Parts: sequence; C-alpha cells; structure tokens
Amino acid sequence: MGALIEARGLTKRFDSFVAVAGIDVDVFRGEVFGFLGPNGAGKSSTMRMIGCVSPVSSGTLRVLGMDPAVDGPRIRARLGVCPQENWLDEELTVRENLLIYGRYFGLPRRTLADRAAELLAFVQLTDKADAQVADLSGGMKRRLTIARALVNEPEIMLLDEPTTGLDPQARHLVWDRLIQLRQEGVTLVLTTHYMDEAEQLCDRLVVMDGGTIVAEGSPLDLIRAHATREVVELRFVAGRQQALAAEVADLADRVEVLPDRVLLYTQDGDAAANAVHQRGLSPPGILVRRSSLEDVFLRLTGRTLVD
Amino acid sequence: MDTALRALEYWLLSYKRTWRGTIVSSFLVPFLYLAAMGFGLGSFINAGAGRAALGGQTYLQFIAPGLLAATAMQTAAFESSYPVMGSWKWIKTYYAMLATPLRVSDVLIGHLLFVAFRVLMTSMVYLVVITVFGAVSSPWGVLAIVAGLLTGLSVATPTFALAVRSERDTVFSMYFRFAILPMFLFSGAFFPVSQLPVVVQPIAYATPLWHGVHLARMFTEGTLSPGWIAVNVGYLCLWIAAGTWWAARAFRRRLVT
Ligand SMILES: Nc1ncnc2c1ncn2[C@@H]1O[C@H](COP(=O)(O)OP(=O)(O)OP(=O)(O)O)[C@@H](O)[C@H]1O
Ligand SMILES: [Mg+2]
Repeated sequence: MGALIEARGLTKRFDSFVAVAGIDVDVFRGEVFGFLGPNGAGKSSTMRMIGCVSPVSSGTLRVLGMDPAVDGPRIRARLGVCPQENWLDEELTVRENLLIYGRYFGLPRRTLADRAAELLAFVQLTDKADAQVADLSGGMKRRLTIARALVNEPEIMLLDEPTTGLDPQARHLVWDRLIQLRQEGVTLVLTTHYMDEAEQLCDRLVVMDGGTIVAEGSPLDLIRAHATREVVELRFVAGRQQALAAEVADLADRVEVLPDRVLLYTQDGDAAANAVHQRGLSPPGILVRRSSLEDVFLRLTGRTLVD
Repeated sequence: MDTALRALEYWLLSYKRTWRGTIVSSFLVPFLYLAAMGFGLGSFINAGAGRAALGGQTYLQFIAPGLLAATAMQTAAFESSYPVMGSWKWIKTYYAMLATPLRVSDVLIGHLLFVAFRVLMTSMVYLVVITVFGAVSSPWGVLAIVAGLLTGLSVATPTFALAVRSERDTVFSMYFRFAILPMFLFSGAFFPVSQLPVVVQPIAYATPLWHGVHLARMFTEGTLSPGWIAVNVGYLCLWIAAGTWWAARAFRRRLVT
C-alpha cells in the first residue's frame, strides 16, 4: 500500500525566500500525521501545497496518487480542509455555510440537508444551526470549520492549527472529534505548535524549523531519541542560572539553561532533585516531570516553542 | 461551466438575505430620476431650443435609455469593487471556494455571472419604469436590457481586475470619482456628446458607456441602424473580452501563491 501523500524534495519559494526547503514526507492511510513547528516554520506553506492550492516550486508531490499540478480539482474533491483562518461567511447562518460549501463539491441539495444535520450534531452545534456565524464563539467557529471540511466525506483531512486560540475546554472538544474521525478511518494531517496536542493526537510527526524537517518519528520515539526519561526544572533567581548550572552539571546527562530556569535531563528525576537539595542549593522552585516534545524541540533547535 | 454555476450559487444565496430590503429603492431611484430630470428639467428643455438638438424627441425620451445604461454601469462598478476585494481580503470567500474542486476560473466566472444577474435585474426595473413613463416608443425597446447588460459587463470586468490587484480599498474612492462619475455625466446619457468641447469628444466616444447609451437609445427610439449596432456591440464585447482577460490574470496572481 503506497502513501496517500508522498513528497520528495518538496520546496516552496516566494520570490527568493525559501519557505519550505526540500522536505520528504510520507503519510499513510488511517494515520494521524503532524507537522510541529514554531511560527514561520513553513507548516501552512506545506499544507497549502498538499491541499493543491499552492503550486509546488520544486520537488515532487503526489496526493492520493495524483499530481496536484495536473489533477488539483480531482484531488481537492477528496480532501477536507480546515484552514488556519476559518474563511467562514459570517453573515450566513451556520447551516447555510455547510450547505453552500457542499454545493461547491457538486453534492445534491437533498443529500446535503441530511449531512448538514449529522455534521452539526457531530460538532455539537445543532442548536446553533440557524444562528449567524458572526454570533458564534471562536471555538464554535472552529468546530463549524471542521464540520464544513467533512461535508464531502473526505479521505484525507488537512487541519492547519485546529486548536490555536481555543480555551482548554474547546480544545478538548476538538480533540475528541478528531480522535473519533481517526477511528472512522479518516487520515488526518495536522499542524500545531502545541507539544501536548502533537503527543495526544499524532501517530507520527515531523518537527519543522526554518522550512526543513529536523526530526521525525512517533512522539515516544522522538522523546526517547532526543531527551531523557525525566526532567528536573530548577527555578532560580534571575541572573544566577549560569553559575548554578555549573554546580549541578554532574547530576544530569545534560543541562539546559533557559532565561527563567535550568533543566536537568536525567533518567531518575527524584534522585537528581534530592541531590540538588543535599548540596544546599535549595532553588525557590523545583519540579520533576516526564520529558515531552517540548524538550525534544529545545534540543533540536535550541529554542523553546511556547508562543 | 457547471463548476462556475456552483460559485454563482454562493452569491445568489448571500443576495437572498438582502434583496427584499433593496426592492423598493431599486424602483424608487429610477422613478425619482425620471420625475426630476425627465419632467422637471425636461419642461425647460422641451420649451426651449433643446428640443431641436435632441432630434425632436422629448427630454424624457432622450434620457430614459441613457439613465438605463448609466445605471447598469454604476451597478456593475459597485458590485465589482468592494464585494470582489472583500472576497480575497476580508471575508476570503474566494479562498474557501478554492479549497474545493472549484478552479480560479470558476471563482471568477461565477462572480461575474452574479454581477451580470444584478445588472440584468437593474436594467429590467429601469425598462419597466421608463415604459410606464411613456419613454419607450418601440417594441425593440425590450433590447435595451441587452444594452444594459453589455455596458455593465464592459465595466465590471476591468473593475474585477482592479479590485483584485489593489492592496487597499482607498483605490475605489478615486476610481468612482475620476472614472465612473465623469463617465456617468459626460457619456451622452444626459446630453449629446456633440455639446462637449471638440477636444474632449473623442474621450467620450471611447468610453464603453457612450456605446451602451447609444445602443439603448436606438432600441427605445426604434431607430435601428445595423451598422451602429455592430459598432456598439462589437466595441462593448471588446471591452468585455479585454477586461475578462485582465481579471483572469489578476485573479491568478492574487489567488495562486
Ligand atoms: N504568500 C507568501 N508570500 C511571501 N512569503 C510568504 C507567503 N506565505 C508565507 N510566507 C513566508 O513563508 C514562511 C513560512 O510561512 P508559513 O505560513 O508556512 O509558516 P507556518 O509554519 O504556518 O507559521 P505559523 O505558525 O505562524 O502559521 C514565513 O516566513 C512567511 O512569512
Ligand atoms: Mg501557519
């Protein structure tokens, strides 16, 4: 079984600026694939090429076995796109937004009426069906955009930052729906700059930075390969980090100094934390946690990913 | 073509929300224009030397087809300016459409078809009103709608291009002030272009509106000249073809990045 999405040396240039610098990606049927990266990494540019709305500058791209440059409309007929901005019509009602979008796919009105009702129930917007989109909250608009992307029963769903800007409750609702879609066999491709989102949802992901892929694998693989099992976070008074980092360097496999804290990467966090106390350093804040993709990213790019 | 009709459907759906509010004004405006200019101003002109200059017809009969074509132009210019810019800049309807099987040409043609529909509606309302006023002296007058449609599209297509090329909507206030309004006033709708200084007459004759007015006037008066019909229709079609080409290029540059 070949890949649903297959990119080789995929490149996007805007004049002389290189937004995506020759990436290789394979996405297989039924998996949840993530592009993780900070602002400007080239995530949306990649998604737009896969979505067949942005021409490939160089390299090859096959989506559903077809070439976007030749079969754009035929590919797009089988994709569901949830763009970074919603692109909803705020003056139309929730239901009208679904119906008209379905018409772009040439679906008959009767089919659409039923499907709109199902999709509104799926994203829990049934009671808002006749409300104007302008009156919806950010989370509701995002759910409507997801419902809209499903109107043509797509094989692949492209979600560009599906939960950015949503409150925790709204995020979890979106995650639930995405997990359910995955169980129904829809292939999901998403971008995010949230580590926890990537860890929760993605079977496989690539970490992007400056238009290139700096690592790829499952969330667990990435953590194993690029971080230790546990991390001790020490919060010191600002300005003292460097000096103190030297004093604790031998307690960890690796030490990372950030503006507001020192991170100790170690297999046994509690032991390292105890050792810090025994040396009488007693930082004002100390936290032992499992390592996360955040640490992987820090390791790979030397930067934190928080907004 | 079927795919362009899907894009048209969006515009009809959003128009459905507002058209009831505009129905009264769409009859009222031509009524007011014709009452004020046709009767009010006309009573001066008809009594004086003006009547001879108009070829013996009443002023009402003279301006009625002119107003029809000029209003078709205004409707087209308005519908092709802010709504087109909004569709890529503010509401981003075009981008939503392009994520589906629709192509750039479908998005352009679908929206142009809607503008054509709006121009047709406006022209039809005008035809009804001027007929009621007794300003249509020939059954050929029905074809004034076609003159309105061609005039509208000849202006709509380059306006589409302008609205997609320009970064900011400030361009429209200039466009309406220095292109649409002068055309409205000086293209033979309200007085014959021969009354203008000789040096500016060629400019007036080169405007699409002059050809639209001339065409509409032949139909409502029933003074058909096959040669002139060919010239007017041909010239308007030339504008439509060039405008469509320019708009298609602008759409591709803006929407495919
Ligand atoms: N149409 C365009 N013209 C010129 N430059 C562009 C264009 N689109 C994107 N870029 C540039 O390409 C780079 C990558 O942008 P892209 O939107 O793909 O990043 P991203 O990873 O999606 O970032 P974000 O997290 O902010 O959404 C950025 O530096 C951006 O300024
Ligand atoms: Mg982006």
